[in-house]
Amino acid sequence: MAKVLVVTSGKGGVGKTTSTAALGAALALQGQKVVVVDFDVGLRNLDLVMGAERRVVYDLINVAQGNAKLNQALIRDKRVENLALLAASQTRNKDALSEKGLARVIKELRAQFDWVICDSPAGIERGAMLAMRHADAAVIVANPEVSSVRDSDRIIGLLDSKTEKAERGERVEKHLLITRYDQARAGRGEMLKTDDVIDILSVPLLGIIPESEQVLRASNLGQPVTLANPLSAPARAYGDAARRLLGETITINVPNERFNLLGRIFGGRAA
Amino acid sequence: MGRSYLAFVLAPELPLVDWLVELDRRVESSLSFFANRPLVLDLVGISPTKTETSEIIAFIEERGLRLIAVEGVPTDWLPERLAPLPGKVQAAGMFQPPEEGKSPRPEPPPAAAWQPETATGVPCAALLVSEPVRSGQSIIYPHGDVIIVGSVASGAEIIAGGSIHVYGSLRGRAFAGTNGNTNARIFCSKFDAEIMVIDGLYKTADDFDHSLRGTQVQARLDRNVMNIEQMS
Repeated sequence: MAKVLVVTSGKGGVGKTTSTAALGAALALQGQKVVVVDFDVGLRNLDLVMGAERRVVYDLINVAQGNAKLNQALIRDKRVENLALLAASQTRNKDALSEKGLARVIKELRAQFDWVICDSPAGIERGAMLAMRHADAAVIVANPEVSSVRDSDRIIGLLDSKTEKAERGERVEKHLLITRYDQARAGRGEMLKTDDVIDILSVPLLGIIPESEQVLRASNLGQPVTLANPLSAPARAYGDAARRLLGETITINVPNERFNLLGRIFGGRAA
Repeated sequence: MGRSYLAFVLAPELPLVDWLVELDRRVESSLSFFANRPLVLDLVGISPTKTETSEIIAFIEERGLRLIAVEGVPTDWLPERLAPLPGKVQAAGMFQPPEEGKSPRPEPPPAAAWQPETATGVPCAALLVSEPVRSGQSIIYPHGDVIIVGSVASGAEIIAGGSIHVYGSLRGRAFAGTNGNTNARIFCSKFDAEIMVIDGLYKTADDFDHSLRGTQVQARLDRNVMNIEQMS
């Protein structure tokens, strides 16, 4: 059964695109058929992080408008079998994406893949709304700082009201991914504690990704960090998060913070 | 037997133009709050002429607001459908929210009044919300108490005609007793609110005693002063 997963945050610059690419590649390495879809029309980046910027011929809008076939627009990854990219249009306006056209594209993607991962634009405007529209599950990306957490809270409210699932009276399954976690700064008490972030957002934790130059280096090379340097700390953290998405139980290690998160994660906390 | 109901009292102030502009702004930002809500127009404070009275009424009705009575002008100035109000309405305190640019969220009405005859009112069911209230969300329930099982986020607000009970952290804004109920209270298991309002009287985070933060508190009115105290 295909799963549509939106990677969203509200705030910009917290690591949505990086996380989409890293989780997508990690899931594909686990043998899942994965497509990552860029919803940031006009400001696309996912093609760069996936290293496919020169291979984009057709994009999401072309397919949604019926000007291209889905298989013409899907860009198959050269490193990992099972991984594909559907790019956003860089030249078109976000209004060019119609709700009806999008619904058809998502339906076609569901038929071909196990995971359809939608990389949401920042903000709460139309692009972000369309990205979450068909989601079965959401990864909420937040940095351990107050503005990011509040924006994430706002987005969770929208996931609970504006998605197709919510309108049918069902719930979008939600996962919290804390990114850019800086161990040194956390030790000095300069960031929100993981415990506080989870308390404020009331969403189960999927993983904590440490701040690392590996992430930036991988992005600049056009590689998801989980492929560029699989043994690095962020790659391992993304890998574990991907396995948790697949239902595995793996302990989350919180560096420098002395408490057990297990109870929170598996204690059936309402989200 | 009759039916009792609550009505908001609009009390224009001078200069009238400014007041009308302000009304427009508030109606626009909180249409759902005003929709189908009976309004009483109190003109005692501004003693308008007959022409001005008709103009004010027309202005308000053009906005789709529902006037049911006008107070403070001779009966024969009014259209037949608008009755002069028998007896004196006790006007509740007025809440002025801090300026924060244009906000799409509903704001409390310019003035809310508690009609004495409803004080004996029939019991109303409370509104039970069993999930966290997220930033940007408003829970508006003018008919009675609101019970939240979960937290109220920073940037969220609860507006209740009665008391507000939060079984979780209260980090957002709480407006209790908005219909002029001075006996309304606000309870929360973890206090970290942005603003607390009971019957139009308010305290902002700057006014809070810092030692209360994170504790279980209740807020209530004691002779027009809001007391926020720890509960143990």
